[in-house]
Amino acid sequence: MAIFYILLLFMIIGAIIAIETSNLLSSVICIGAIGFGASIMFLFLRAPDIAITQIVVEVLGLIIMIRATISRDLTFISGDKEFFGTVISVVIIFVIFLAGVQVFETLPDFGTPIFAETPGAASQTYIEEGLQRTGAANIVASVILDYRAYDTLGETTVLFTSIIGATVILRKKAKKLLEEPEL
Amino acid sequence: MPYSLCFLLFMLGLYCAVVKKNMVKIVIGIMVMEYAVNLFLIMLGYRTGGTAPIIDKGQLEAGTGQFISSSVDPLPQALVLTAIVISLGSLALLISICIRVYDKYGTFDITQIRRLKG
Amino acid sequence: MKGMTIIVKTISSWVKMLIFLFGIYIILFGHLTPGGGFAGGVILASSYILLMLSFGREFVEENLPLPLASKLDCLGAFLFAMIAILGLVFGGTFFVNFLYQKYLPGQPLELISAGTIPLSNIAIGLKVGASLFLVILTLSICCKDFKPNTPSDGKE
Repeated sequence: MAIFYILLLFMIIGAIIAIETSNLLSSVICIGAIGFGASIMFLFLRAPDIAITQIVVEVLGLIIMIRATISRDLTFISGDKEFFGTVISVVIIFVIFLAGVQVFETLPDFGTPIFAETPGAASQTYIEEGLQRTGAANIVASVILDYRAYDTLGETTVLFTSIIGATVILRKKAKKLLEEPEL
Repeated sequence: MPYSLCFLLFMLGLYCAVVKKNMVKIVIGIMVMEYAVNLFLIMLGYRTGGTAPIIDKGQLEAGTGQFISSSVDPLPQALVLTAIVISLGSLALLISICIRVYDKYGTFDITQIRRLKG
Repeated sequence: MKGMTIIVKTISSWVKMLIFLFGIYIILFGHLTPGGGFAGGVILASSYILLMLSFGREFVEENLPLPLASKLDCLGAFLFAMIAILGLVFGGTFFVNFLYQKYLPGQPLELISAGTIPLSNIAIGLKVGASLFLVILTLSICCKDFKPNTPSDGKE
C-alpha cells in the first residue's frame, strides 16, 4: 500500500512543477513524468491492459506536444496578473475539494471493489460467465468487444471525428498566411 | 485516503486550466485532469490481494471458483481503455488549434487574442 | 523535418521491424493476453513515427503517402461497422458474436477462439494506427516552412 502513496506523491509534485514553471518545454516533460507514474500505478492496481495503453499513448502525446512548443516563442507571459480573479478561483476550488472529501466517506474503503458491495452488479456476471459465453480468456477484451461493443463503436467515431478535425485545421498553409495577418 | 490524493491532482489540473493565461498551460491543465480521472476510475475497482482479470491455463484447469472470488473489477478498466485513446485524439485537436492561433497572432497569450469580431 | 545522424539511422532501421512485429502480436493475441486493438494500433503507428523522426519526413511520405493513410483509416472503421452488420444478418441482433455462437466455437485459450473478437481487434488496430500516423504526418507537413512571425501587437 505504501507504493501507492509514493507514486501519488510523485505525481502531485510533478503536477505542481508542471503548473508553476515558466519554461514551456520543462512543463511538457513533467507531463511525461506524470504519465509514466500513472502507468506504474496501473500495474500495481492489477490492470495490465491499461498500463500498456497508457505508456504508448503517453509517448505519442509527448511527441505531439513537443512538436507544438519546440520552435515557438518559449518566453513566459509577463504582465499584470489579475490578483482578485486568482484568489476567487483558489477559494472556490478549495471549497469544492473539501466537499469532495466529504463525499468520499460514503464510498467503500480503498481495497474493496464496489461490485462486491452491490448485489446483482454487472461485473459479477462478466467475471462468472465471461469465458463461457464469449470464449475470450481476457475478460476486459470480452467486455469491450462483446458485452459493450456499442461503446467501442462510439469511441471509434469520436476518434475518427477528432482526427478529421485536426487534419482539416492543419491543412497546408495557404499562401496568404505568409503575409501580414489581416487586421 | 488515496481517493483524496487523486482528487487533489484533479483540483490542481482544474486550477491550471482556469487561472493560467498561456494557451499551452491550459492544455497541460486539461491533460492533468484526464490523468486524474482515469486513475480514480481504476482505483475504484481495486481489490486488495486481487488478480488481474485474465484467465490463464492454471486457473482454467483448477476451476474458476478462486478466480471469481479474487479478481478485480473489469468494467472500469474497459471504460478507461477507450478514454485514454480518446484523450490522445482530443490532445491532437487542441494542439492543432494552438498552432494555428500562434501562426496567426504570433503569441500564445489569450488576453491578446481579441480580434474575434474580425 | 530533417533526419538525424547515421548512428540513429542504422539502429532505427534494425529496430523498426521489431516494433511493427510486436504491434501485430499485441493486436492478434488481444483476446488471450493483455493488450487488444487500441494498444497494438498505437504501437504500429509509433514504428512509422520512429522512421519519420530518424530519416526525415520525405522518406516516409514516399512509402506511405497521405491519401493512402487516410484510406486505411476509413477502411478500418468500415470493417468494424461491417462486422456489426454481419452480426445483424447472421445472428439476428446487431453486434452479436455470431461466429462464437453458431459457426466456429473453438477451444478456449487457443488463437482461434472467441468468434469475432480477434477480427474486431484487427479492424480497430488498423484504424487507430492509421489515424495517429495521419495526424502526426499532418503536424509535420504544416510546419515545414516555419518562420517566426513578428508579434503583431508589439508587446513583449
